[in-house]
Amino acid sequence: MTLGFITWLLVFQLLGEVISKGFGLPLPGPVVGMALLFVVLVVRGELPDGLKDTAAGLLKHLSLLFVPAGVGVMMHLHLLQDEWQAISAALLVSTLATIAVTALVMKGLIKLKGQAEQDQADE
Amino acid sequence: MSENFTEIWVYLAASPLLGLTLTLVAYQVGMWIYTRTHLNPLFNPVLIAVVVLVALMMGTGTEYGTYFEGAKFVHFMLGPATVALAVPLYRQFQKVRGSFLMILAAILSGSVTAALSAIGVAWALGASRETLLSLAPKSVTAPIAMGIAEATGGVASLTAVLVILTGIIGAVFGTWTLNALGVKDWRARGLAMGTASHGIGTARALQVNEVAGAFASLAMGLNGLATAVLLPLILQLIF
Repeated sequence: MTLGFITWLLVFQLLGEVISKGFGLPLPGPVVGMALLFVVLVVRGELPDGLKDTAAGLLKHLSLLFVPAGVGVMMHLHLLQDEWQAISAALLVSTLATIAVTALVMKGLIKLKGQAEQDQADE
Repeated sequence: MSENFTEIWVYLAASPLLGLTLTLVAYQVGMWIYTRTHLNPLFNPVLIAVVVLVALMMGTGTEYGTYFEGAKFVHFMLGPATVALAVPLYRQFQKVRGSFLMILAAILSGSVTAALSAIGVAWALGASRETLLSLAPKSVTAPIAMGIAEATGGVASLTAVLVILTGIIGAVFGTWTLNALGVKDWRARGLAMGTASHGIGTARALQVNEVAGAFASLAMGLNGLATAVLLPLILQLIF
């Protein structure tokens, strides 16, 4: 993880915030920063090793980073308590529906373009 | 002794050191249990850490704001980490350029399905507006989902927990659903797991097959972008 590339990530985040706020977009600044960095990488057509390592280091424990926000749920436990049936049903139905729709659309498109592969899941 | 302990707690709770240290310790405990259970998705390390910390804060009567004074140092890294997601996204994108349009179509349909079905089911069962808005980005990776929730009027911390639960549901029932539908192509299976259940689904896909893992990782990044752009428009249409 090098300081230079951490700085670049912060610069992209800052640019993202400025663009998002400046144009009044309903997009989170860091997501705009991520999109910008992605476009820059595609245009450059190459990924600097230092950036690769810095990103890998930061993302290795990505899940640790949302623990503090997650703990904030303690202030909204009443929502979970009062609406747990609606929430559980929505999570279960929606997650399985999303898996089904995404997989079936992709399967259909692969068939349409005749790009089936040899290596397949054997259930 | 117990009086002393209370005094020490009151002193430490006021300093950022405690919130920061407890966050790291709770996460390590979660990781330890998760590794011990051979990466069983039901023992998600973040969920364990959150449950431990919430119990500790409520048990000691410590305010969330006090805890966050310390934990904000970890929280701050979410921004640069979200930007860093561009790197794995770019690496996976390079591998699949040829079939990118197909992939995009599948992910977009998944993204819209995720938001509409979650809102629809919860609304039909009488959920509040706050809950609906917090549920809508639940299939997106947590750092992006929380940003989306904040931008669209949801409760970011509730979204964080719902995102983790969604990941667990996908990881536990994903294989079964895909088998029931007869989807055998690893690319389609990976895309579905990454779109529906972000990093947790991706970890599960990686355990099963390398191609599925790569496609899941790509889907996780693209679905984050797609939902960030589409969800505000969808919400505007239905609310």
